[in-house]
Amino acid sequence: MPPLMKLISSRLALGAVTLLAVSALMFVGIELLPGDLAQQILGQSATPETLAAFRAELGLDQPAHLRYLDWLAAAAQGDFGTSMASQRAVADLLSTRLTNTMFLACYAAVIAVPVAILLGLLSALWRNSLFDRSVNVGALGAISMPEFFVAYLLVLFLSIRMGWFPTLARIDEASSFGDALYRSFLPALTLILVVIAHMMRMTRAAIINVLAAPYIEMARLKGVPRWRVIVLHALPNALAPIINVVALNLAYLIVGVVVVEVVFSYPGLGQLLVDAVASRDFPVVQAVGLFFAGTYITLNVLADILSILSNPRLRHAR
Amino acid sequence: MKTLKSAPPTALLGMLILAAVLVTGVFAPLLAPYGETEIVGVEYEPWSAAFPLGTDNLGRDMLSRMIYGARNTVGLALLTTGIAFTAGAALGMVAALKGGWTDQILSRVIDVLMAVPPLILALMLLAIVGPSIPNMVGVIAVIYIAPVFRLSRAAAMNVVSQDFIQAAQLRGEGTLWLLRREVLPNISSTLIAEFGLRFCFVFLFIAALSFLGIGIQPPTADWGSMVKENATLITFGDITPLIPAAAIALLTIAINFIVDWMLHRASGLKS
Repeated sequence: MPPLMKLISSRLALGAVTLLAVSALMFVGIELLPGDLAQQILGQSATPETLAAFRAELGLDQPAHLRYLDWLAAAAQGDFGTSMASQRAVADLLSTRLTNTMFLACYAAVIAVPVAILLGLLSALWRNSLFDRSVNVGALGAISMPEFFVAYLLVLFLSIRMGWFPTLARIDEASSFGDALYRSFLPALTLILVVIAHMMRMTRAAIINVLAAPYIEMARLKGVPRWRVIVLHALPNALAPIINVVALNLAYLIVGVVVVEVVFSYPGLGQLLVDAVASRDFPVVQAVGLFFAGTYITLNVLADILSILSNPRLRHAR
Repeated sequence: MKTLKSAPPTALLGMLILAAVLVTGVFAPLLAPYGETEIVGVEYEPWSAAFPLGTDNLGRDMLSRMIYGARNTVGLALLTTGIAFTAGAALGMVAALKGGWTDQILSRVIDVLMAVPPLILALMLLAIVGPSIPNMVGVIAVIYIAPVFRLSRAAAMNVVSQDFIQAAQLRGEGTLWLLRREVLPNISSTLIAEFGLRFCFVFLFIAALSFLGIGIQPPTADWGSMVKENATLITFGDITPLIPAAAIALLTIAINFIVDWMLHRASGLKS
């Protein structure tokens, strides 16, 4: 299937180019900044010696494209430089936090995806019923609330009032798997609620779209049982949009992690990123930002490719 | 007036909430019992007659800060959305009208902006320029130019393919005249509904950034950072810090109701 391979490889190439563009973004941005970065961070009162030392530390004494290429070559080998705030290697800072963030995101995804798809399917089937309307109002509410509001509501009710879960999700290498699941339940639940709302609405819209097609009406008219219409006629055609919805929401989950981690002091990448931005710790911001952007881009490319694969019209080019 | 009467109760409720927030924001200095940053008591005083919502982590009146917060948070969100819209709509129309290289370059840059999650992009850009209110407004405006550009380009594409544009071009009208007099009036209804939707996103975005401590900076009162500043109270079972968060949610839901109704009307008129 050469045309298909061509389509897929072009998507992959596009994703790689985008990622490269994002990695250059910070270097270009620092270059475009009015005045000198070292001067801006240290302020007007800095002595020329400290300024020179700081410039050397940032590598500002070299032209931007050289700095970028140096960084790129090192990053390709897993060396993301040294944190300006803690003087530790960025790669070391990242390793445990990366595991923690992935753990939280997977935890939420494993629960959210099946529940959301089921809810979306049911509310599309029983369209305009009481069930459909109440699920929709709930979803609209959850979408309109900032993540930190959902998180603090859960803390207030499930943790303070009921005392079922800890208010802060402190986990470390010593905590066992079960313990980690228990401690990070509230942050995971926050993510689940927010993501389910989005995913369920999009699934519902995708299914309703397919159910409105003429061949569904045709199947009904010739007396095909309802479950057969759904499973054999509607579902295969709704698969592409549903896969898309899932991938898009997993991408969304990766981003939602940032705010939720801060609320619960969860030791993950999101909190690291926010701290690094506040202290303008560029090597850390660059590495973590790139990780989030890379995951997001990968999931989007994956969504594209999977929906191509699930569509026979694209799979077998005429 | 007639259209207002035909609005569903949800849309009317939405408008009522929006109007209340806008009035509060505009007349904040008259409504607030104390100053925005004035320290009037000890820290975390409970609700009382003197301080209807108690005091915050520095002993400032919560109610006054909520009222000033309406002005700051909503005002900045409006300003940011306004900038993003003006720039995004203008660039989108130019891209559609000019086509060729202009369109290609603008569209590819926008593609890159859209490929990165907005929050991550904003954090990376804010690390470069440093967190402050003007920087935050600029960064968010740049990010939200992308979706507005896409929409206005797509809408303008349908318009520029029509004969009256060609006629105007043959008459020798300039680009600016074409955009203002021929393209803009034909896509404005699409853009207005989009404005409401984007305002919601921008508003939530500013709240989230301020909550993370890299948006609106203290001592300026703002609903997002007020949650952050007083979050400790929640661990004592006090709901006061949730009030600004609830206000954010309420306003977003209100605007969603209005936008839903506007979109419904727009689609109903078309068919």
